[in-house]
Amino acid sequence: MITELLPAIARGVGLTLYVTGASLVIGGVIGLVLVGAARSPFAIVRGIATLYINVVRVIPPITWLFLIYFGLPQFALRLSTIQAAIIGFSIIASAFMAEIYRSGLLSIPDGQREAAHALGLSAVTTVRHIITPQAFRVALPAIATYGIGLLKDSALASTIGVREITYYAQQSAKQTHEGLLSFVVAGALYIVISLVVALVSRQVDLGLRKKIGVA
Amino acid sequence: MDMLTQWLGWLPSLVPGLLVSLQLTGLSLLFGFPLGLLFAVMAAAKIAPLQWISFLFVEVGRGLPALVLLYLLYFSLPDAGITLTSLTTAVIALTWNTGAYASEYFRAGLAAVPLGQKEAALTSGLRGWTGFRVIILPQALRISTPPLAGLAVLVFQGSALAFVIAVPELMSKGFEIASITFEYLSVYLLTAVIYGSLTLLFLGFVQLLERRLGRHLQRN
Repeated sequence: MITELLPAIARGVGLTLYVTGASLVIGGVIGLVLVGAARSPFAIVRGIATLYINVVRVIPPITWLFLIYFGLPQFALRLSTIQAAIIGFSIIASAFMAEIYRSGLLSIPDGQREAAHALGLSAVTTVRHIITPQAFRVALPAIATYGIGLLKDSALASTIGVREITYYAQQSAKQTHEGLLSFVVAGALYIVISLVVALVSRQVDLGLRKKIGVA
Repeated sequence: MDMLTQWLGWLPSLVPGLLVSLQLTGLSLLFGFPLGLLFAVMAAAKIAPLQWISFLFVEVGRGLPALVLLYLLYFSLPDAGITLTSLTTAVIALTWNTGAYASEYFRAGLAAVPLGQKEAALTSGLRGWTGFRVIILPQALRISTPPLAGLAVLVFQGSALAFVIAVPELMSKGFEIASITFEYLSVYLLTAVIYGSLTLLFLGFVQLLERRLGRHLQRN
């Protein structure tokens, strides 16, 4: 039984990874803009960034997906299920990634910026070569944890019909009446992917630590 | 303006859904938090089988997406001869999920109580369960309360998932109205506003609670 179920459900792994990965990358880039805006010298820009982050976080992911997939076509903006899912999760990820970057930036002592200034480095060079590499190393474990969270959230994409792991598990459950086994297989796939992500990020983190000589 | 009048017209049919959402959240927290504490205590116990059981339940509850957990119970319980309403199934799934996450916060809280407290309890003659109950647990609970309150907010948002197994909560009611009126954008905006404003309200409570619990740590 499991020999038939596993390949049937594993067909969804590609789209699960695609939706998660694309949303994490797009959300990560928007998050960078947001964290920049949140530190802007203009109060109105800061206000908008904070408002955006809070509004995104207080609305459940499933409501976001439905708003985008069912709501936007009213403006003649017809999206495929995959596009809608990626847009929705990118919006959600951007707010969470902005918070992660912010905590990463907070961990960099002011002395670093002052030292860069004293050495005559320009503002751009300081951010590019001094702040970002250090902040990234601090933020990496949090990013990996959030990536795993997003992977699990991506199961929601099945509710708007994206053919990912949960979608195929549901199909199998309905067709074969092996409800328990179908979703155990789906759950196992999620856990295996999470473990791989966790292990890889740990290796990268250890590598970075070794490179700069932190225990 | 047009949208506001629409919204006012829909509110009466959405409110029962919101009540189901709140009921689902409340029940999941009511059962989930004690379950989490139980898992945390079991994980700290020196009896290996207890540790394994706790590990298994916590890792499955945290490792699986809540949606998969929900489907897992919804599709498998009837095969095992257990027929429950969709609301009960959703409560069980969310309780499991909540319990698994809560156990991590309880565990962190228990670990944060200095060992000296336990030793002091022992020298004061408070052994085993009594010492745990009157010395360790209250201090651990104070530490774990703010993250647990944050978890409660997430459980409220997670209750929207019950939509997929046809629990008549806020999201389903919204879906119902949307399929009749075809005003998808407007309906889902309204549900988003309801979820958002209630979440903000809860978050306000969490901040208040955090400040109150930290009172004795502040110096004027």
